[in-house]
Amino acid sequence: MLKSLHIDPDKCTGCVQCELACSYENEGVFNVAKSRIRVFRFHDEGRVVPYTCTQCAEAWCMQACPVAAISKNPDTGAMEVSDPVCVGCKVCTIACPFGTINYNQSTGKVIKCDLCGGDPACAKACPTQAITFINADETGMGRMRQWASKTDAGQSASAAQA
Amino acid sequence: MAWTRKILRVNLSKGTCASEPLNNDWAAKYLGQRGLATKYFVEEVDPKVEALSPDNKLIMATGPLTGTTASTAGRYSVITKGALTGAIACSNSGGFFGNEMKNAGWDMIIFEGKAATPVYLLVQNDDAQLVDAAEYWGTSVWDTEEGLKAKHQDPMLRVASIGVSGEKGVKFACVINDMDRAAGRSGVGTVMGSKNLKAVAIRGTLGVSVEDPAAFMDAAAAGKQVLADNPVTGQGLPAMGTQVLMNVINETGALPTRNSRDIQFESAGKISAEAMAEPRASDSKANLVTNAACFACTIACGRISTVDRTHYTVKDRPEYQKASGGLEYEAAWALGAATGVEDLDALTFANFICNEQGIDPISFGTTVGAAMEMFEDGVITTKETDGLELKFGSAQALTDLVELTGKGEGFGAEIGLGSKLFCEKYGKPELSMSVKGQEFPAYDARGIQGMGLTYATSNRGGCHLRSYTVASEVLGIPEKTDPLVTEGKAGLVKAFQDATAVVDSAGLCIFTTFAWSMDDIAPQIDAACEGDWSVENLMEVGERIWNLERQFNLAAGFTGKDDTLPKRLLKDAAKTGPAKGLTSGLDKMLPEYYELRGWTADGVPSNETISRLGL
Repeated sequence: MLKSLHIDPDKCTGCVQCELACSYENEGVFNVAKSRIRVFRFHDEGRVVPYTCTQCAEAWCMQACPVAAISKNPDTGAMEVSDPVCVGCKVCTIACPFGTINYNQSTGKVIKCDLCGGDPACAKACPTQAITFINADETGMGRMRQWASKTDAGQSASAAQA
Repeated sequence: MAWTRKILRVNLSKGTCASEPLNNDWAAKYLGQRGLATKYFVEEVDPKVEALSPDNKLIMATGPLTGTTASTAGRYSVITKGALTGAIACSNSGGFFGNEMKNAGWDMIIFEGKAATPVYLLVQNDDAQLVDAAEYWGTSVWDTEEGLKAKHQDPMLRVASIGVSGEKGVKFACVINDMDRAAGRSGVGTVMGSKNLKAVAIRGTLGVSVEDPAAFMDAAAAGKQVLADNPVTGQGLPAMGTQVLMNVINETGALPTRNSRDIQFESAGKISAEAMAEPRASDSKANLVTNAACFACTIACGRISTVDRTHYTVKDRPEYQKASGGLEYEAAWALGAATGVEDLDALTFANFICNEQGIDPISFGTTVGAAMEMFEDGVITTKETDGLELKFGSAQALTDLVELTGKGEGFGAEIGLGSKLFCEKYGKPELSMSVKGQEFPAYDARGIQGMGLTYATSNRGGCHLRSYTVASEVLGIPEKTDPLVTEGKAGLVKAFQDATAVVDSAGLCIFTTFAWSMDDIAPQIDAACEGDWSVENLMEVGERIWNLERQFNLAAGFTGKDDTLPKRLLKDAAKTGPAKGLTSGLDKMLPEYYELRGWTADGVPSNETISRLGL
């Protein structure tokens, strides 16, 4: 079963614990500037939104790479960058419609979310369950359930019978 | 590790920026942030210096945990001689600026001298330069922050700046970072303005490392679990913010009202957390939009609010109809109860302006309260107030004055003197609800006796963030004590003061201590930092910091006689509530406190204490 990161911005407080966990996992230090997941604050609307790679099947980054440095991990479904192969040409950063693959000046390679090999640190670090790691086929179930609870169809039917 | 071991020294007179190594011996004795920066400050600055003189210095300092994953570890402090007080000032702020400074590779930035013309400091990792700030001088914090991000094409730039108030010498100007987080008290922004320093803009991408990463991750995770499991930090603060206190403190009979003439506010409920969550008539939306976290904070007590779009303060001003930093308890009390104003939207608007122009709502609201009392008593009239009807409860007077004070204009410049100078100017010094020149906050010392001793002995003047005995006396943390008695409060205050000095020096937020004891904090510091950071050592560090600050104030000219309270709290009995008939029993607590501190009967640290603490 493939799992996906599921992000619910309504639950996000903007604490950036996900960014801290991501940078520690991948860089060995706390450095939110190098995090693969980023939290954006829209101050005037009072909203914060965590954003990262969704591991899309189209994988424009992978298609655009001229040296085949990006490949799909069959176990996790994540598109992963091979550092020894990456030449730092940044074509992938242009190809990705979402901007979730970025160049890292200190290594000369690109970085993106690789789901931490199947156990993403960001989801574990999130204190409010705004980021969860769940069955890839059911990322909409929470929202469906929320709307289902609001429907009055069941009540109307029983009211009509009475 | 934990410390970057580097200091940025900025000489504004010469226009130079230079890197120098951290004094490691001092770091081992004073930890970081508040403690370590104070050590630098007292070593470098003449205690008699005028606060607004170029010879005063201003230090922005992070703690060793700042920038790490420890919960709330994003704090920085501004240390200087306070413009409001003439005492040592140390104002602590959250948001994201502290982390950025640490990630740029700096434990602290020391500003000295005065720039010939307005400048801002731009720091991009190792690169630091002073840049002409002519285009930002005269603009608000909000415009400065947005302008700098646009100019440098970097939305991730973190900015700490002053508003027009700080430029104009309003005595309680703040340094504001991230739009609505404040190094709020004692006029640290006024000092910044006196140096012609408009802003500090930082981008840091170097990373922060710790001494023992595995042990640190375990200790930080354990700490976060304690916060999540605690009802105050896990539920109360995220849901209601510090405003959870408004009704509680009112019922305790310790809500200073109308310049402390009263001790309970009949409209407390209208300006409380509960009121902020209620849908309003005009648009069915609540004042509170959401809660928000500072860097690394797993509590998330911050309030994001809107003003009702139909309210008189904003109806023709769309720029104030957006969401922004909402009312915390101290601000809601100072803008509301202290002035008798019960209009939640007016208070929220006033709070926005406090953020936009960088003024401390506690000092502002209290000074307005004093002015209202003088107006009602006929001491001042519309002649002095430029026509403003300064009656208790007038929302219009409050919102007019916050805009005037934010810009240091008209009668707002008078309010900008702070209550001590203002009340002295009009011959009523006893009406200033301040200690050492700084207005005390939202806990009446008659209804919560420990807070009287807290205010009287606070090294930065009237303040709740030096020993929050409310935790014990009202909330029962770590154990319940009776707020109406003086017995045992001297020891309580000393313990809170020393522990708070540690938290303020580590890079952590004091609100963690609703749940954390030193036993939760020490393992995190110990794993992150080189050296021995046991609970015992840390408490000694805290005591050392407290005495260092005290020594500075004594050398600056303060004496034990300044460890006192406004006459109103000492002589006028509380009229209502559980404390009815009581005054502050400060005289019963102070001698015992001096003794526990190892100070003389005059409040001077004894030679034995100085030598024991290695001062």
